[in-house]
Amino acid sequence: MADTAVQRVEGAGISGQRGFLRKTFVHNLPAKIAALPMIATVLIVFVGCTVWTIYYSFTNSKLLPTGKFVGFEQYERLFGTSRWNVSVTNLISYGAMSLVFTLVLGFLLAVLMDQKIRFESAFRTIMLYPFALSFIVTGLVWQWIMNPTLGLQTTIRNLGWTGFSFDWIANPRMVLFALLIAGLWQGVGFCMVLMLAGLRGVDDEIWKAARVDGIPTWRTYISIVLPMMRGVLVTAVVLIGSGIVRLYDLVVALTNGGPGISSEVPAKYVYNYMFSGGNIGQGLAAASMMLLTVVIIMIPWAYLEFGGKGRQS
Amino acid sequence: MSQTATMAGSAPDTAVGVEPRGPRPKPFFTPTKIIIYSVLVFFTLYFLFPLYVMVVTSFKTMPEIRFGNIFALPNQINFDAWIKAWTSACTGLTCEGLAPGFWNSVKITIPSTIVSIFIAAVNGYALINWRFKGSELFFAILIFGSFIPYQVFLYPLVMITREMGIFGTLQAVIIVHTIFGMPILTLLFRNYFGSLPQELFKAARVDGAGFWRIFFEIMLPMSLPIFVVALILQVTGIWNDFLFGVVFAGTKNLPMTVQLNNIVNSAQGTPEYNVNMAATVLTGLVPLIIYFVSGKLFVRGVAAGAVKG
Repeated sequence: MADTAVQRVEGAGISGQRGFLRKTFVHNLPAKIAALPMIATVLIVFVGCTVWTIYYSFTNSKLLPTGKFVGFEQYERLFGTSRWNVSVTNLISYGAMSLVFTLVLGFLLAVLMDQKIRFESAFRTIMLYPFALSFIVTGLVWQWIMNPTLGLQTTIRNLGWTGFSFDWIANPRMVLFALLIAGLWQGVGFCMVLMLAGLRGVDDEIWKAARVDGIPTWRTYISIVLPMMRGVLVTAVVLIGSGIVRLYDLVVALTNGGPGISSEVPAKYVYNYMFSGGNIGQGLAAASMMLLTVVIIMIPWAYLEFGGKGRQS
Repeated sequence: MSQTATMAGSAPDTAVGVEPRGPRPKPFFTPTKIIIYSVLVFFTLYFLFPLYVMVVTSFKTMPEIRFGNIFALPNQINFDAWIKAWTSACTGLTCEGLAPGFWNSVKITIPSTIVSIFIAAVNGYALINWRFKGSELFFAILIFGSFIPYQVFLYPLVMITREMGIFGTLQAVIIVHTIFGMPILTLLFRNYFGSLPQELFKAARVDGAGFWRIFFEIMLPMSLPIFVVALILQVTGIWNDFLFGVVFAGTKNLPMTVQLNNIVNSAQGTPEYNVNMAATVLTGLVPLIIYFVSGKLFVRGVAAGAVKG
C-alpha cells in the first residue's frame, strides 16, 4: 500500500497523458503479467463467451454457428417444444423440493449435532462422505438400489411384504422423487456442515440471555438463532440454487432423462441440442435461459450482500 | 453444592480436595437424548446404506444377485467382478474395463490440479499485495462468473479450443479445469494471503525483493495449509467431473466417471450388477480415500467456498 502512494506522487510529476499510460501499463507490471491468466479468463470466458452465447442464440445456426439473425425465433421454438417445457417444469419442482428439504434437513441435523452429542465427528464424517463422491457414482448406486426387478423393491417383497412398491425410477410420476432421494443423499451433509458452522458462530451470550429469560431451546433456535444466521442461510441458498440449475450428471447417471422424457432437465437439453442434435442456435437459446435463471437467483443475493451493506455504512 | 460441602466436612480427610466442580452431570438417557440419537442414527443409516449395498453387491456372483436380496452378505468374498470391472468390462464400444479411464483421470487430474492451484495462488497474492487498477473488478466478475451454468460457456470454449488445435486432447480438459477452478481457488488464496501479517510483505519490499521473489521465498513457504486444502478441493472436484471430460477430452482420453457411466448405462446385453457396482466403488475410491485421510481439512475445503471474502 505504501508502494502505491509513492507511485502516485511520482505520477503526478509526469504530464497527464504519459502518467495515465504509465499507471495503466507500467505500474505494477509483474503483478499484471502474473494476473494475465485471470484477466484472460474473465474477459474471454466469463464475459466474452457469455456475450457470444447470447448473441448467437438469436441466430438460426444449425451445425455451425454461422446463421443469420432471426430475433426471438429460437426462443419461440424453445417454449413450443414439449421436451423443454417438461425440463423447465421438472427443474422447478425438483429445485423447490430439493432446496426446501436440503435446508430443513441440513438445519435440523446441524441443531442435533450442536447438542453436545458424543461421536460428533463420526456422525459428521458419515453425513459428509457422499459429498466427496461424484454425481455419477451417486446416480449409479441409487439406480441399482431402486432397480425395480432386483433392488430394494424385490428385497422387501421377498422378505414377505408382497404389496411393497418402490418403482420410482420407472414411474414417470415419481421419478423426480427418486432424483430427490439421491440428490439429498449427496448434498444434505454439506448443508449441515455450513449450518453447523453458522450455529457455532452465534455468540454464547445470546444463549445465556435466552436461558435467563426462560425461552425454550427450540424457540431460541427458530426465533433468535436462525434470523442471526442470515449470512450462512443466504450463502447456502445461493450455493444449493446454482447447483440445482446445473443439475446434469445426476440425471444422466440415474435415469438418463427417462422414463420417456419425464426426468429431463434444461442442462441436458442444452447438451443434446449442441452436441448430438446439431441445432446449435436452439442449444444456445436454452443455455441463455439457464443464464437468465441464475441471474434472477443472484440479483436478490447481490442486493442483500452488497446493496444492504452500502446503506448501513 | 452446599449439601456436598457438609457431607465432605463430615467425611474422612481423604474426601477433601475431590469436591465435585461444575454442573451436576446429567443422566445419559434423557428422553431428549434418546430422540436426538435416534434421529441421528436414522440418518446415519440412510447415508451408509448405499455404501454398504455397493460394496456387498460387488462381491456377489450374478446368481446370488438374482436371488433378490440387496441386504444379504455375499456367500463368499469373490473378486471376479472387481477384476472384470478393472480389465474387461464393456462400454458399448470397447471391452477394456475401467483401467484406461483410471489412467486418463490421473493424466487429467495431476496437471489440472497443479496448474490451477499455481495460477490461483499467484492471483490471490497479486490481488492482496499488488492491487492494480481494476483488479478488484476482475475478481468480482470472476466470483460472479462461477455461478453461471457451464452450459453457457461450453460451445464457445469448444470453438476456442478447436481454433487452438487442442480440442479433444488432454490439454483442452486441463485448460477448462484451470478456468473453472479459478474463482473458488483464487478466493481461497486471496482470503488466506489477506490473513497473513502485512508487515512481512512490507519488510521484504523495503529490502528490495520483487514480485516473484516475495511470492516464492516468503508467501509460498507460509501457505502450506491452504495448499493442502486447495489440493483436496481440486483433486476431488476434477476426479468427479463428468461434463468437461465428456465434451473436451475426446474419445481416447475419457475420464473414469465417463467410462463408468458408459459401462453401466450403454453396455449391451444383460447387465452385470456386480461388475457395475465394483466399477462404481473403484471410481469413488480415490475421492473417498482423500476424504477419509484428510478429515477436517476436507471440511475446511468445502466450507471455504461458502465463506465470503
